[in-house]
Amino acid sequence: MFIKNITILGGMSRSGNPEPVQRIDLNMGDVVSIVGPTGSGKTTLINDIELFADRNTQTGRCILIDGKRPPLEYRDNPASNPIALITQHTTFLSDLPVEDFLSTHARIRAKDSSQIEAMIANTLSFANQLTGEPIILSSRMTELSGGQTRALLIADATVICDTPIVLLDEVENAGIHRTRALELLRQHRKIFIFVTHDPRIALLSDFRIVMQGGSIVKILHTNDEERQFSIKVSKLDDMLSAMRDKIRFGERLTTHELEGLA
Amino acid sequence: MKLVICAGPATTGKTSVLRHIIQKLQQVQEKAAFLKIDVQYAEEDELFAREFGIPTRKIYSGELCPDHCNVMVLGDALQWARREGCSILLVETAGLCLRCSPYVDGGLGMIVLEATSGTNLPLKVGPMLSLADIAVVTKIDRVSQAEREVFRSRIQYVAPNVRIREVNALYGIGIDPLVDSIHQTPDAWDNMLLRGNPPVGTCTICVGKKEIGWQAHFGVVRSLENQNFYRGE
Ligand SMILES: Nc1nc2c(ncn2[C@@H]2O[C@H](COP(=O)(O)OP(=O)(O)OP(=O)(O)O)[C@@H](O)[C@H]2O)c(=O)[nH]1
Ligand SMILES: Nc1ncnc2c1ncn2[C@@H]1O[C@H](COP(=O)(O)OP(=O)(O)O)[C@@H](O)[C@H]1O
Ligand SMILES: [Mg+2]
Ligand SMILES: [Mg+2]
Repeated sequence: MFIKNITILGGMSRSGNPEPVQRIDLNMGDVVSIVGPTGSGKTTLINDIELFADRNTQTGRCILIDGKRPPLEYRDNPASNPIALITQHTTFLSDLPVEDFLSTHARIRAKDSSQIEAMIANTLSFANQLTGEPIILSSRMTELSGGQTRALLIADATVICDTPIVLLDEVENAGIHRTRALELLRQHRKIFIFVTHDPRIALLSDFRIVMQGGSIVKILHTNDEERQFSIKVSKLDDMLSAMRDKIRFGERLTTHELEGLA
Repeated sequence: MKLVICAGPATTGKTSVLRHIIQKLQQVQEKAAFLKIDVQYAEEDELFAREFGIPTRKIYSGELCPDHCNVMVLGDALQWARREGCSILLVETAGLCLRCSPYVDGGLGMIVLEATSGTNLPLKVGPMLSLADIAVVTKIDRVSQAEREVFRSRIQYVAPNVRIREVNALYGIGIDPLVDSIHQTPDAWDNMLLRGNPPVGTCTICVGKKEIGWQAHFGVVRSLENQNFYRGE
């Protein structure tokens, strides 16, 4: 599936005023964050994208793909839908073993059956780079931890669905390796849209869409200063997770933990 | 008068889907009437009358199977909706037994399934799915993309000609294509027929014999080791 870009045409804020930002173009390869306080309309914005809103949702926004209204086929044929959405409530309900589940899904998406094994192996290795404890193919889907579940959701959407657009709603809370996730995701030429409160993800994005009162109020491109600073932010974040691990394993913390943060 | 029959297992979102449909119909000044068929309890009629001010009714099938009750009352219901000055009759039915389907040739048949019910459900609901015109999949906000896709492909496997529409019935997302299908449905005929064949009508359990074991029954019976066979004259 070849898509070059998607366009968000602005609608109305919650109070009924025209949205300050009336057009955003996202190009293949862009990694974008949506930021804003709770209730500012972040989830609503990605729902608009996933639905290909056509001025028929509460926001009045319109979504274009390659400058045109997306074809109806996207709604009719699951294998042609260009969007994968991972919501805050998204989970796996299936209690199949991981391997059976992935192969069921891979069979639907694979262009020919010789690819299936590789798809499963790639999904698993992708997911296992994001979690602390590796996922085992024979464990049941419902036995996976929160972090493992998120990691597998992201890996499945990226590798098996292989959709050109992936939407992720607040994935940071699940304890996955975020820098690694962004590195891996950047190897795939897709549009990734993160709803996030996480400075690390925000600074590793190309730009961030700022929400307030139900509307898009501005676009901030990550500048050189922020890009430089993101290295330190990541370092600080790693230190915090190292401290979390120490606490978890019953160790004491000392003032040395923050050494190296020049 | 257009006829829409909406079936599906309990709590899949039939009422939520119909609520958004009624809203969209009202926006284009279409008058819909609503009939709910259930076994022993329902309140959708009061809900919709209050919410939308449209003519509504309910009927409890009680001893009858709801699909059979549907066949009995549908003729009267169409006349009632006509007298009320409506152009569309929406019927919500529980469709419980999975051997019949409540759909009628000449009307639009819509099954509502929830994506959260597990990926094998489409394989289990029989003619209620395979004889529908549209399968509406609700609660897509709750499950992974992978399970959504597996669910869809299972529906396509059982019912290759049924159109599938995914909706989030809480927010009314994906309802427009359903409303379009209603607009495209021709008016109901005078002498309508149930779509599909009813199951065998010789069940001695249905007529009240409670003894356990096929030896106590006659007509078309079945043992654990044999397929259906006939016992009696
Ligand atoms: N998250 C989510 N919840 C939904 C969706 N659709 C329906 N629900 C919820 O599911 C529950 C049952 O919905 P109803 O519309 O009453 O279901 P029904 O099929 O009419 O149920 P009965 O008539 O009792 O068989 C309600 O709590 C709805 O709010 C959906 O798309 N997403
Ligand atoms: N442009 C808008 N117009 C009307 N209501 C909106 C708009 N944007 C968001 N909302 C409503 O505001 C509420 C909060 O939005 P949500 O997207 O859940 O916020 P967030 O994900 O940022 O916490 C929701 O009920 C949503 O329907
Ligand atoms: Mg949100
Ligand atoms: Mg109901």
